Amino acid sequence: MPFIANTEEQRLAMLDELGLTAEQLFDDIPAELRCAPLRVDPGLSEQEVRTRMAGLADRNVSDLISFLGAGYYDHFVPAAVNALVYRSEFYTAYTPYQPEISQGTLQAIYEYQSMICRLTDMDVANASMYDGGTALCEALTMAIRISGRKSLIIDESVSPIHRIMIQSYTDNLGIERIQTPPSAGCANRDRIIEQLNNQKTAAVIVQNPNFFGCLDDFSDLAEAAHAAGALLIVSCYPIALGMVKTPGAMNADIVTGEGQCLGLGLNFGGPYLGFMATRKKHVRKMPGRIAGRTVDRQGRDGFVLTLQAREQHIRREKAASNICTNQSLCALTALTYLSLLGKHGLAELAALIADKTEYACQKLTAIDGVKRKFPEKSIFNEFVIELPYAAGEAVGRLIESKMAAGFPLGRYYPELERCLLVAVTEKRTRHEIDRLADALEDLV
Amino acid sequence: MSNVPANLRYTEQHEWVKIDGGTALVGITDFAQNALGDITFVELPTVDQDVQQGNELVVVESTKAASDVYAPLSGKVVEVNSAVEDEPELINADPFNRGWLVKIKVSDPAQVESMMSAEDYQKHIGND
Amino acid sequence: MKLLFEKSVAGRRASRIPSSDVDAKANIDRRLLRDRPAELPELSELDVVRHFTELSKKNFGVDDGFYPLGSCTMKYNPKMAEAIAGDPGYTALHPSLPQLPGGARLVQGALEVLYQTDRLLREICGMSAFSMQPMAGAHGELTGVLMMAAYHKHQGNKKDTILIPDTAHGTNPATAAIAGFKVETIPSDNHGRMDIELLKNALTDQVAGLMLTCPNTLGLFNHQVKEICRMVRDVDGLIYCDGANLNALLGRCRPGDLGFDIVHVNLHKTFATPHGGGGPGAGPVGVSEKLVPYLPISIVSRRPSGRYYLDYNRPHSIGYVAPFYGSFGVILKAYAYILMLGGDGLMRVSENAVLNANYIRHKLKPYYDQAVDEVCKHECVLSAARQAKNGVRAFDVAKALIDRGFHPPTVYFPLTVPEALMIEPTETESKETLDKFIDAMIEIAQLSETDPASLAACPVSTPVDRLDETRAARKPDLALLPTE
Repeated sequence: MPFIANTEEQRLAMLDELGLTAEQLFDDIPAELRCAPLRVDPGLSEQEVRTRMAGLADRNVSDLISFLGAGYYDHFVPAAVNALVYRSEFYTAYTPYQPEISQGTLQAIYEYQSMICRLTDMDVANASMYDGGTALCEALTMAIRISGRKSLIIDESVSPIHRIMIQSYTDNLGIERIQTPPSAGCANRDRIIEQLNNQKTAAVIVQNPNFFGCLDDFSDLAEAAHAAGALLIVSCYPIALGMVKTPGAMNADIVTGEGQCLGLGLNFGGPYLGFMATRKKHVRKMPGRIAGRTVDRQGRDGFVLTLQAREQHIRREKAASNICTNQSLCALTALTYLSLLGKHGLAELAALIADKTEYACQKLTAIDGVKRKFPEKSIFNEFVIELPYAAGEAVGRLIESKMAAGFPLGRYYPELERCLLVAVTEKRTRHEIDRLADALEDLV
Repeated sequence: MSNVPANLRYTEQHEWVKIDGGTALVGITDFAQNALGDITFVELPTVDQDVQQGNELVVVESTKAASDVYAPLSGKVVEVNSAVEDEPELINADPFNRGWLVKIKVSDPAQVESMMSAEDYQKHIGND
Repeated sequence: MKLLFEKSVAGRRASRIPSSDVDAKANIDRRLLRDRPAELPELSELDVVRHFTELSKKNFGVDDGFYPLGSCTMKYNPKMAEAIAGDPGYTALHPSLPQLPGGARLVQGALEVLYQTDRLLREICGMSAFSMQPMAGAHGELTGVLMMAAYHKHQGNKKDTILIPDTAHGTNPATAAIAGFKVETIPSDNHGRMDIELLKNALTDQVAGLMLTCPNTLGLFNHQVKEICRMVRDVDGLIYCDGANLNALLGRCRPGDLGFDIVHVNLHKTFATPHGGGGPGAGPVGVSEKLVPYLPISIVSRRPSGRYYLDYNRPHSIGYVAPFYGSFGVILKAYAYILMLGGDGLMRVSENAVLNANYIRHKLKPYYDQAVDEVCKHECVLSAARQAKNGVRAFDVAKALIDRGFHPPTVYFPLTVPEALMIEPTETESKETLDKFIDAMIEIAQLSETDPASLAACPVSTPVDRLDETRAARKPDLALLPTE
């Protein structure tokens, strides 16, 4: 029997020692509660399972030329990342409850926290969360705890997927959510400031680059939010932080983001990585595991999970969150990925992506009938074009020529039905961009 | 054996109160600090905050526990011991003096009468 | 050992970025740029590889040795799972593809994995449907409690309280609270099971539901579970099964048949996907018929033609708790594991998990107090109360086990047991391993009588010994920031 070590002989010897039969091990489950034999097919060999799973993988089309992003991007991952992350000492361990035999995981978490702080220019980060969306949801409940207020202002150029998650997370909490439509592709200052209430507003929530790929500087919103006693929460794309102004420099109070792009692959939606950073003064209100540096009895440096009095296993219904673990292996992936890129590598990667994006934008908007939407805004890795007809239709036709041209915005923004969100990473070549332009030109 | 000073009043939740005219100094008892272990963090209320007897007043954290300190009396917070924010170990070392937490201007002095004497509290922790 | 950042040497590089094949230059407003690069370390690839290899050697995983961490089901993680999940046919798939016109046909294999895993979990748990979205056990709990809220809202019920036994994992009360409910704790009786009389008193019209771990955290099956479910249903409450301990029940009984309305399954426990040092996990949630309309969007469905598609037309859904379809890479591994075990293998899992736990319990009975002296399920809870009289606490037993080559059990949980040692051996361990562990536990019990001081010094075999957690919490050092 696969994955069961005891032989029949051992099994019988153990039962004998207990003075029980195998059936008696389950005597405490009354007969009327027992189930019929499961209708699950008999077990297979590894070879058979591998063949079946490879067959299913073949039914997926994974060799598309993809300009699909919308928050989740197809980046190159150096081979050393997985070689390290898949060391079994990391991936078959659990949460480092016993620090003496978990210094590997704990030091890695501390280094990951340091890395996130350096990327975002913030003071402290947690050990990671499930994904960018849940990190954002946790950030706003954190802001509610800090401020003691229950109203949120959310810019509608924050990822619509994350905004749906926010709604699901807060629907039963009696929280007011004010969504403000963007103006010309960026957070609408007038509307946000008009809604800021110095009795009620817990936080203003924005994203950079936003869902349309537009870059912004939220320093003014930080100032306005702080003047009203509210917090500024910025969700950001970590690769962009290789070159764009940091949330820390904008005076954000809580920073979150999706770490999928940091070496994790697309994986059809997960596992992903949520990161969260904040100011030192808020650390005891921050949810999630946190590793800290301390010393052992001999004065040697070592790492432990710390500030645990915030957490569910101690504070139960008064905990900062219900989260139990972090997304450790994904955080380790991000850490190794960023270590391999290094200080200059990340900056160069960001610059390369920005250049290619500019090229793609010029190329596509040179097509007759294709217009750049929000042309006055700076972009980083993604931009919006407007077609003469529904973008979904164009995307549907281009898929037939093995191209995912982008994300049609009409799904979340009905007024932008003709608009297509196009993403570019370092993996897209000039040739592929030209092919997209040619194919689109033929269509338009 | 826990220290239980005779001149103080006590609650079942292990808070002590020292009455001085219209104000009350509040802290946690020796028994409480010992049960909590090494205290690592204290979250104090803001000065001028109104408090109701029995409501949460202070949060005291140790590495393995977090404990609410309830207001033993109603009134207004007039002073907090910010020394324990920087040095929470004062509560472990000296819970009845340097480890005090909050000074309350008492709004209902009759509430003091319902609190335990040192003798009663000694019995209470004896049975705890 | 130095930190990555302390090994940084200015000018050193691990990777070369491709040169640009376009002539365009980005045209970003200078005010939107950062003024200097992020202070990431500058290292060679070999530096990075050696650093993390050295770190890995300071860790202990299931592949290193016995890991009887109660409640966490640290079973062996089959290697085939990584080989399958690493297939570019899965890893390269963009999750938005099926949302594009004509996109669903590009991901039929992936949708089939989700669909079939859902079907298998339905059969194993006796539920009407599953959502694969929740990304961990606690996340599954939240999804379940949000569905409770949506259900009662839709029924017009004004209910605000969730009942939770005192033996529950901390995630249960924390989840109920962050979902907006009041929590009422129900004490256990002296057999370690929820006190039915106290439950009766607590069952008012305000009760939205009950969260119950089955078997409970003492490793005990509650034979009154069906009666409990009926009592809660009588006040129109919903019953949540924390499926953390499902390993004990595989093929024996099903939460749905017992009367539960909601159950979450920890794929990283029961279905052997790696814990990854704390994650990623996956916590799919199954529901009874009346809660199906509230499941998160989306659900994979199958057309009569056999084509799979995502059903977004679900007006009563609680929405999204994850951006897409959950931890797909983890679900994939769990699916492959279930295929490999089959129905017969699942029965063997529960039998051997329970047998191994009882074997340890039986062998250690003369040496350690037992939380409850009766046949347990997948884990047994012992107490070091006897040893504590000599100053040897559960904590010391744990540290002494480290020196003997074992990962310690869960300690100080459940909270209702003094000096708790919660031992979950899992079915993948052999009698020889259990015997070695038992011998180590006996030796420690004897040392607690003869030489307790030697245990207070443990561990001595590790890269660091006992760490100062008080200092860590009083003066938090949580990141190494750039010096300037």
